[in-house]
Amino acid sequence: MDTLLLSRIQFGANISFHILFPTITIALGWVLLFFKLRFQFTGQRKWMDLYLFWVKVFALSFALGVVSGITMSFQFGTNWPGFMQTVGNIAGPLLAYEVLTAFFLEAVFLGIMLFGASRVPVWVHTLATFLVAFGTTMSAFWIIVLNSWMHTPAGYELRDGIVHATDWMAIIFNPSMPYRLAHMLLASALTVAFLVAGISAYRRLRGDTDPSVATGLRFGLITAALLMPVQIIAGDMHGLNTLEHQPQKVAAMEANWETQGNVPLVLFALPDETLRENRFEIAIPSMASIILKHDPAGVVPGLNDFVAADGTAEHPPVAPVFWSFRVMVGTGMAMLLAAWAGVALVWRKGADALPRPYLMALTAMTFAGWIATLAGWYTTEIGRQPWLVQGVLTTKAAVGDVASGMVLSSLLAYLAVYVLLLAAYIGAIFHLARKGAGFQPAVAPALQPAE
Amino acid sequence: MFAPDTLPLIFAALMGLSILLYVVLDGFDLGVGLLFPFATPDERDRMIASIGPFWDANETWLVLAIGLLLVAFPEAHGEILTALYLPVAVMLIGLILRGVAFEFRAKAPVAHKKPWDVAFWAGSLMTALSQGFMLGLYIMGLRWGWAEIGFALLTAGALAVAYSFIGAAWTILKTDGALQLKAVHWARGGIWGVVLGMGAVSLATPLVSARIFDKWFRFPEIVALAPLPLMSGLLVALLWLSLRRLPTRDDSFAWFPFAGAVVLMVLGFFGMAYSFYPYIVPDKLTIWQAASSTESLSIILVGTLFVLPVILGYTVLAYVIFRGKATRLSYD
Repeated sequence: MDTLLLSRIQFGANISFHILFPTITIALGWVLLFFKLRFQFTGQRKWMDLYLFWVKVFALSFALGVVSGITMSFQFGTNWPGFMQTVGNIAGPLLAYEVLTAFFLEAVFLGIMLFGASRVPVWVHTLATFLVAFGTTMSAFWIIVLNSWMHTPAGYELRDGIVHATDWMAIIFNPSMPYRLAHMLLASALTVAFLVAGISAYRRLRGDTDPSVATGLRFGLITAALLMPVQIIAGDMHGLNTLEHQPQKVAAMEANWETQGNVPLVLFALPDETLRENRFEIAIPSMASIILKHDPAGVVPGLNDFVAADGTAEHPPVAPVFWSFRVMVGTGMAMLLAAWAGVALVWRKGADALPRPYLMALTAMTFAGWIATLAGWYTTEIGRQPWLVQGVLTTKAAVGDVASGMVLSSLLAYLAVYVLLLAAYIGAIFHLARKGAGFQPAVAPALQPAE
Repeated sequence: MFAPDTLPLIFAALMGLSILLYVVLDGFDLGVGLLFPFATPDERDRMIASIGPFWDANETWLVLAIGLLLVAFPEAHGEILTALYLPVAVMLIGLILRGVAFEFRAKAPVAHKKPWDVAFWAGSLMTALSQGFMLGLYIMGLRWGWAEIGFALLTAGALAVAYSFIGAAWTILKTDGALQLKAVHWARGGIWGVVLGMGAVSLATPLVSARIFDKWFRFPEIVALAPLPLMSGLLVALLWLSLRRLPTRDDSFAWFPFAGAVVLMVLGFFGMAYSFYPYIVPDKLTIWQAASSTESLSIILVGTLFVLPVILGYTVLAYVIFRGKATRLSYD
């Protein structure tokens, strides 16, 4: 395999592994603040138990996010030197502001939040918890700004092939940024809602009757049930924004080859790029036009509009975008169903008496948010190909001149480490769930210190 | 707003500051990891507790340093990191193992604790050795020949020893009793390693690089440079004396080995910085040739000047909150 493909797989592997953990910490920071404030106002022990349980998950996720994030910052230089050489004048300041305003804030106050409860006044500890949550959100903000700029660049000019900034407000508030940020923050909240609900369901299945289990279930399910519809609306708006700025991506998402009206919504197909048509297509007539143009006769651009005169495709590979979009939407629908069914069950039977099959389904969906989030990112990132920065820099032009053997060896090493760590992470969370957080006797200090 | 010629200089200084802070701060917690095999399981918990609240922020200085390189000197960033591809990959995997082992050793089932301790040590070792290796290759002008690799292996060993020494000094500062006594013994052994390592690298550096030889032994600069080795020698002597008397009964001077190690690292750093200046890619690109556009540097500098003092402020706050001897870590 060539260096370009290997470097892309390596970057994809690194960023896929990385995004799993910020997706949890961004929202979990705020959830912890909520648990802590609830405890301070109500004095109910269960809120403190929830805090103490989930703060462990937070610390674990945060550590994984930090170390996998360091890998990302080196990747730009080791594998994609063309990226910084071309757009460094814009990407550089955005990344610098992320480090300065977010990384240090979260890293320093994390120490106080985790280990300082007995050393500082309560309000300082609450403030530290707030600053950690705020820091993770700021970090998400800056990185989404940069990523959105790569999809919808604005506020720049090209001089001698190098991008120069002309308007920082236009760069930061570039056309797709608000939609992408909202979509991602909601994705994080939903991932955490299902994580909390799923782990609580698992604890209940194992006979844990601690009050914090029922509260965790109620909290996760209600949050998910409220936010899921909001996420669908945000996703729809994000899609319309993409249609305006990156029509070739939407064409690939819908596997729509010809620009036409009455575009069907393809439910299943095997898109074939050599024949430039769909095989085994199952579709709902005119539905894609209705979704995208809110009109059955609405004309939607097709993939064949994005082919160069010599026949090379200037649109993304169709099948991966088509399928990852469907995985995202499908997982989202399942989450909507599970959350609403759950709230209905809680309403009728109470969070203490949820039926076992439902609890099992919820446990199976503990990491459903991860699947939807990854599939969504694959849709938008693969959907930007062949560009690295839409209309400015192709992925091919940015790759570094590194021997493919070296990339292959580093890729295999990363993959081995990631598989091991992912297994250890999921194992550790379920192990914590089995230990429980509630009224069980504290574990002997000699066995489990240095949390 | 800022003079175009001074901006690259300011950014080189900022990057140098972050690298120095990184080497000192992550140096001590990497060193603690390197010393793991010599400690009993209980002592390991205490050592982990002494770095628990800090390691995360310490590592962020590396991200800032590499970020500033990326932001202010994009061309050098690509050139240096592609040349150092393999050691960077080793370091990243080391940092990953170390950072997660920290959490997993306390949260995974008790039976898994030992393997995670091994991972913590191995990750620290990979990180320290690969950083030293990169430093050596950088001194040698980023060329991959046998002589260069040989020299880089020497610096790799030297840096790992230096980290272990400052790690031992940190343990002396943050613990008491039997562990403190043990750490004093580690430091007594470590100081000879530091002398050998720093001495060997200092001797070899001017021999392998004609440009650095010229910078070091040119008159009159040599007069201005003379205090660096003299002060280092004096400091080593003081450290050796203090380590013979530690631990004291009332724990006075427990801070001295750590302070001495920090000053030693600062001196070494200035020696290096002097040798490289004004190049950012050795013998190839100066900081002015590699700098990005003035507008971009200005907009980062404005933010940096506001934010950096705040960062330093709350970093100091964290060290004040967690001052004194390390106690058992817990979340409540």
